[in-house]
This record gives sequence, C-alpha cells and structure tokens, in this order.
Amino acid sequence: MKLNMNRKLFSTAACLLIAVSVPALVLAEGDTIKFGVAGAHSGDLASYGLPTVNAAQLVIEKVNAAGGVNGKMVELLVEDDVCKPEVATNTATKLVSDGVDVVLGHICSGATKAALPIYKNAGVLVMSPSATNPELTQSGDYPNFFRTIAPDDAQAQVDVEFALNKLNYTKIAVVHDKGDYGKGFAEFAKKFLEESGKAEVVLFEGVTPGAVDYSAIVQKIKRSGAQAVMFGGYHPEASKIISMMKKKRLKVDFISDDGVKDNTFIKVAGEDAEGAYASGPKDTTANPLSIEAVAAHKAKFNADPGAFFENAYSATLAMLNAIEKADTTELEAVKKALQTEKVDTPVGNIYFDENGDAIGVGFSVYQVKDGAFVEL
Amino acid sequence: MDYFIELLFSGLTRGSIYALIALGYTMVYGIIGLINFAHGEIYMIGAFTSFIVATVLSIYGFPLLAIVVIAGVAAAIWSSAYGYTIEKIAYKPLRHAPRLSPLISAIGMSIFLQNYVLLAQTSDFLPFPELIPDFDFMEPVAHIVGSSDLVILITTTIVMLILTFVIKFTRIGKAMRATAQDRTMAMLVGINVNNIISATFIIGSALAAIGGLLIASHIGQINFYIGFIAGIKAFTAAVLGGIGSIPGAVLGSLILGLTESFATGYVSSDYEDVFAFSLLVLILIFKPSGLLGKAETQKV
Repeated sequence: MKLNMNRKLFSTAACLLIAVSVPALVLAEGDTIKFGVAGAHSGDLASYGLPTVNAAQLVIEKVNAAGGVNGKMVELLVEDDVCKPEVATNTATKLVSDGVDVVLGHICSGATKAALPIYKNAGVLVMSPSATNPELTQSGDYPNFFRTIAPDDAQAQVDVEFALNKLNYTKIAVVHDKGDYGKGFAEFAKKFLEESGKAEVVLFEGVTPGAVDYSAIVQKIKRSGAQAVMFGGYHPEASKIISMMKKKRLKVDFISDDGVKDNTFIKVAGEDAEGAYASGPKDTTANPLSIEAVAAHKAKFNADPGAFFENAYSATLAMLNAIEKADTTELEAVKKALQTEKVDTPVGNIYFDENGDAIGVGFSVYQVKDGAFVEL
Repeated sequence: MDYFIELLFSGLTRGSIYALIALGYTMVYGIIGLINFAHGEIYMIGAFTSFIVATVLSIYGFPLLAIVVIAGVAAAIWSSAYGYTIEKIAYKPLRHAPRLSPLISAIGMSIFLQNYVLLAQTSDFLPFPELIPDFDFMEPVAHIVGSSDLVILITTTIVMLILTFVIKFTRIGKAMRATAQDRTMAMLVGINVNNIISATFIIGSALAAIGGLLIASHIGQINFYIGFIAGIKAFTAAVLGGIGSIPGAVLGSLILGLTESFATGYVSSDYEDVFAFSLLVLILIFKPSGLLGKAETQKV
C-alpha cells in the first residue's frame, strides 16, 4: 500500500513536471514556430552536422530575444540522422509527428534524398546547408526542398555561362585529368555547353596526370580550332598545359575550376598564367554579417565555427525571413516568399530560384591579373 | 600534313625525354642484370640539385649559359654521388643474393629517396626556371618544335653516340663489356669489377641528372614525385627496346613517345597509355627480349 502510494505520487509528480516544463519551454503553448534541425550530430560525420545546430541556435536566440517572428517564438527541435539514409527516414518521421513547421537539413545528400518524400507528403519546407547533389533540386521531384549551398555542377555552370555570355565563345575544347573531380567538372561543362546550343564542344579528352610532355594534346587543341580550353582538374597539370600552349604559340583562353584557383598555379606557371580564368567560391570574409556570425559563435561556444556554419546560418535567416514575410508557415506561401524576397545573409544577399537553389550563392570567376586572382 | 609533322616532333621530344632516363636503366641492367628502380629518383634529385644551384646563381646575376653549365655539372656530380652510394649501400651487399633481393632493395631505395626529398625539401610543386631560352632562329617553327625540344633532341643524340663510342672503343668500355659477359672471368683477367660497376652507376646517374635539368626546364615544374612516373615510362621504353642495349633504349623510347603522341593526336589522349602498353605486350610476345635485346641463354 505504501509502495503503491509512492508509485502514484511519483507518477503524478512526473506528469506535473512534464505538464509544467513543456509550456515553460514554449512560453505560449500552440503558438510557436517549430524549427527542426536534422543532420549528423553523432558518429564520424558529426563535424559536418553540429555547426548547423550551433548556427540555428544562435539565430533563433537572437530572433526570440527580439520578440520572435511576427510575435511568435521559435522553438528548436533537433534530431540526429547520423548521415545515414535509413536513419534519416526515421528522423524525418519523428520531426513530422512532432508537428515541425520547417526543417534545416539534412546534411548529407544521401540522407536528404531519403528523408525528402516524408517532408513532401507532410507539406514541410526543407532547406539544406550542405547537400550538394545536383539532382535534389534539378529533378523537380522535391518542390519543398531548398538549399544555401551551390550544387556540384554550379562551377561548371558558372564557367560555361561566363565563356558563352561574357567571352562569347562558340568553339570550346574541354580537357580533364581523368580524376573524379576533374572529369566530373568536365562532363557537366560539356553537358551545359551542348544544352546551350550557343557553342560547340570541339574536343573532349582526358590527359594523363604527371606526363612529361603535353605537346601532343596542345597540338590537338590547336587543330580543333577551339577559342578556349575549359580544364577540369588541379593546378600541376593546368600549369603544364598553359605553359605548353604558350610554347607552341597557341593563343586560346584558359578557363578552369577551383582546383586551379590556387596560388601555386600562379607561382609555377608564372607569366604564362596571366589572363587565365578560374572559378572559386565567392569571397565572404569581408561580409559584415559573416564577421558578426563568426564572432557570435566564438563568444557563445568559445571555438571557431565548423563546416557549413555560414550556409546554415544563412538558411535559418532565409527561412525565418520568409515565414515573417508570408506571415504563415504554409508551404506555398513560404516558398513564394523565398523566391521573391531577397535576404541579407553571411553568404550574401540571396533569394531562391524555382528549383530551390540559392541565387547569389556559389562561385565567381576569377582572372589572373598581375600575378594574383582577381574576382570578376 | 602539318598536323602529322607537329605530332611527329611532339612524339620525338617525348621519346628523347624517356631516352635520357632509359639509358641509365639499360646500362645498369646490361652490367649487373639489376633493374635499378631508384634511377627515376636519381633523375628527380638531379632536377632538384640543378633547381637549387640555378636559383642561387641567378640571385648572384650569373649569365644564363654559365648557370646552365654550372647547374648541369653540379647536378651531375651530386647525382653521381647518390648513384655511387646507393650501389655501395643497397646493391653491393646483395650481389650474391637471389635476383629478387636487390630488386626489392631497389624499390625500397626509391621509396626512401622520394620521402627523403619530400621531408628535406617540400611536398609542393616548385617553379623550375626556364634555363633554355627561346632562340630567335627557332621562332618561325616554334609552333612545331620549340627550343627546349630541339636541345633535348640534340642532347639525346649526342649522349647516345658518345656512350656507344665509349663502350665500343675505349678501355673502360671493353672492361664493361667483359664484366657484363662473365663477371668471374673478368676478375680473373685482372679487371677491377667493383670499380667498373661503380663507374656504370656514376655514368648512368650523371646522365639522369642532365636529363633532370633539361626535362624540368622543359616542363617548368618539379616535385618529389616526378621521378616515379617518368621512371616507369623510361623503364617501359628500355624493356621495349631490349633492356641492356644502348641503341635499344633510345629506339624503344622513341617508339613509345611516337606511339603516345600519335594515339593522342589521331585517337584520344584517354587511350595513350592503352596504346603504349598494348604495343609493349605485342612486341614482347614476338620478341621476348625486346627489339634489340639479346636472347638470354640459361647457363647450366
């Protein structure tokens, strides 16, 4: 009897505790914006996911301290998916059943892809700071998906647009180093060039990295009549090819990727590098919002922010801004706000295209001028 | 037709580059029957030495010709010292061991030297100064054959001629041939076999060093890994031409270079290695000892 009493007392107390604690966290019961964060928060890829949680925390604290979004407080719901697709579906189901309004995540492309159908059925907006697989937005299968990072093919797109619209080339040779990164870039570049209908890919070839002499491929480029070489790969091969082109008196422009936008390229190729183009991530270090976000992270967590922190910070700002502008968390209205309202974030002044990719995020083209890369 | 000539010269340049390294492989193999896998690293050390010397000299404002000569001599001496030492440390103690032991020792030496340069120098790519200037008289044909191509072609030809002359007509050449034929018998007739083997390593290493200077100047960059890839190709060329034969090494190198160049030009550079190694397999099927190699008879 005494035992029973105790048990009853205990369970009542527990019920009371829960009943009291939940409203205490939420302040105004039933009238909060539930902001989900999903990603790898444990396991070997945790370092990719945890900075996103920190970013969301920082922004939400700031927003709540300033009175919330349209008078509503923002509530943070964090769920781990360990970057595994099979776990991510559970994570998504859990968040949806908790009544989440928007989700920041997931981190890995595979996990994101697995989780998206569940959010789509529930009409939940999802924005990833880090999933770069081009299909996620471009397939059109996930109208509820947005991201604040450039997809894998963005570099090739930026380079191709630059070559076609700024430099007005009609004949381009695409060369790569047979590696995953270089060949991937080259294949996207070829695809975009062919789809544009404005230019012809006159040559598509891979060179052997480390070869002692690239004169044969240079002669082939010359014969193809290309106005520019688009190279996918890293700087050692790029500097060899560009020097060999100068040696063979071949005057074609050289456009390349982030693997070449390295100061070693300029150091090794010397004067031959002058005028070469290379794409690289946009420079955000001078953005006051970026400086502020990093400083806030240092003040709260006493450490430098990790991977994708700025993208996550920007995604949180963008989503909350869209909810504020739309004055609802209903998917279509928020989507419309994301696509029309520009927002200032650490990665720049951004809005989103109809596929869900951020415009204003990603890569710029740089040119070598007087021995340094200059953003164009 | 122009395109054919362009590819021809590009192939000849490539072939001459391989030949400068392949000669060292073939000489050592000819004398002691060892594939000296560290030879590519000797070439790399030659390139680094000439880089350092040339950089220092250009700071003091030496004229270009003096820089080339001094850097070349310094690299040849330094690389020869390495070649000599490697033979004494890694190969001589294993001279009577089974044939596989010195081979493994050579691979070990190659890995050791790569990592030694990586740690002692840098893992970065370094810009190699252009030691061969653009000659004015070459300007009309510069789009086909550049000045550095020409220098490499001429150097390879001269080196091959001198080597053939030395081996055929001088005392040391005669001693080398005797050592290659039968080491014990050579010792019995009073040839200092140890000295002859050391001399072979010194000559081969000096050649590799000069190759290092010319090739690095042609490519314009060096790092600790250049010896490995160039070494593999040069070794292939030496086998193709018949390892142990000096004209064979040059012939094999030129065939390999031309095959790669024409495969790139007329098919695709994606397949240049496929063509090069298919050719190697074909030649070895019909001539197992290479184009100019002597068939090895098993001594019983």
